Amino acid sequence: MNFTDEQITRYSRHILLPEVGGKGQKKIAQAKILIVGAGGLGSPAAFYLAAAGVGTIGLIDSDLVDLSNLQRQVIHQTPDIGRPKVISAKEKIEAINPDVKVLTYDERLVAKNALELIRAYDVVIDGVDNFPAKFLINDACFFAEKPLVHGGILRFDGRVTTIIPKKSACYRCVFKTPPPPGLVASCQEAGVIGVLAGIIGTLQATEALKLVLGIGRPLADRMLDFDARKTSFREIKTKRNPNCPLCGPQPTITELFDHEPETCAVRT
Amino acid sequence: MIKVRIPTPLRPLTKGQGEVEAKGGSIDEMINHLEGAHPGIKGRLCDEKGELRRFVNIYVNEEDIRFLKGKDTILKDGDEVSIVPAIAGGN
Repeated sequence: MNFTDEQITRYSRHILLPEVGGKGQKKIAQAKILIVGAGGLGSPAAFYLAAAGVGTIGLIDSDLVDLSNLQRQVIHQTPDIGRPKVISAKEKIEAINPDVKVLTYDERLVAKNALELIRAYDVVIDGVDNFPAKFLINDACFFAEKPLVHGGILRFDGRVTTIIPKKSACYRCVFKTPPPPGLVASCQEAGVIGVLAGIIGTLQATEALKLVLGIGRPLADRMLDFDARKTSFREIKTKRNPNCPLCGPQPTITELFDHEPETCAVRT
Repeated sequence: MIKVRIPTPLRPLTKGQGEVEAKGGSIDEMINHLEGAHPGIKGRLCDEKGELRRFVNIYVNEEDIRFLKGKDTILKDGDEVSIVPAIAGGN
């Protein structure tokens, strides 16, 4: 593929970078990135990946835009209330960059559809808001052998980590199973400072682009935690767990399954 | 003294403090000491049998105790212990 003059201008600030160049920009143009959840984390990730010229962006989310989303889910706007999130997000992406092919899946990611969907992409971004889905994405990326950029936000705390299946610690190496409902706050009632979604979601987009370009050092075997109250980052080392039920030498999880959906009981 | 980092979900038990001091020669002793000063915290970290809950991660000086000696991991003066919970939100 060759870039048009317009594309060369559009991506000139990338092409100028020795680490990217025309060659890297082509890699970006050929990349397929799946964003699971077109919400808080998915919005900024989708914006920047679209602007960067990612060839194919997949969006999966079954929700409709709600007024309470707009405080942080910046890809959706007031007139979008009541519309499917994937459609609302697709329109914004296409307005930013018509080069991007946007594939939308107006459904939930579940054990039944996860593998087939993920296999069609090069990198997966976790932008979901609940533990059952986070564990499912981790497991599906392991079985499909696709790199995963995990993100989480709650109140003033954010976390991002990159998982390279069979090479670096997976989510289950660190957190074996979802906590029982109520023991760890995990739902909308706990609240979140909206801008945190932007910080963590753009870090996820950065990681995804680095993976596509094959440059730098991925955030693998490391969890990066951000505390918005102190404006401080902390890195926590992780490593593959020989007792991991998924990627350890004696796995007990050998196929995808759905965890019970959690009830929304926050204990603080 | 051992410095213990308390994650947000547990801070209501420590009067909002993100960092507390504790004593103990091992993680087990430290948890019991914490429970004395901040009642209820042990139940959040350990199950009914006193074993660490599977989704609770404890780090000593940035090393996961799972790769050390678990609850028997030795602590010494000046060590920093972090309790690291899973974070689910994202939407």
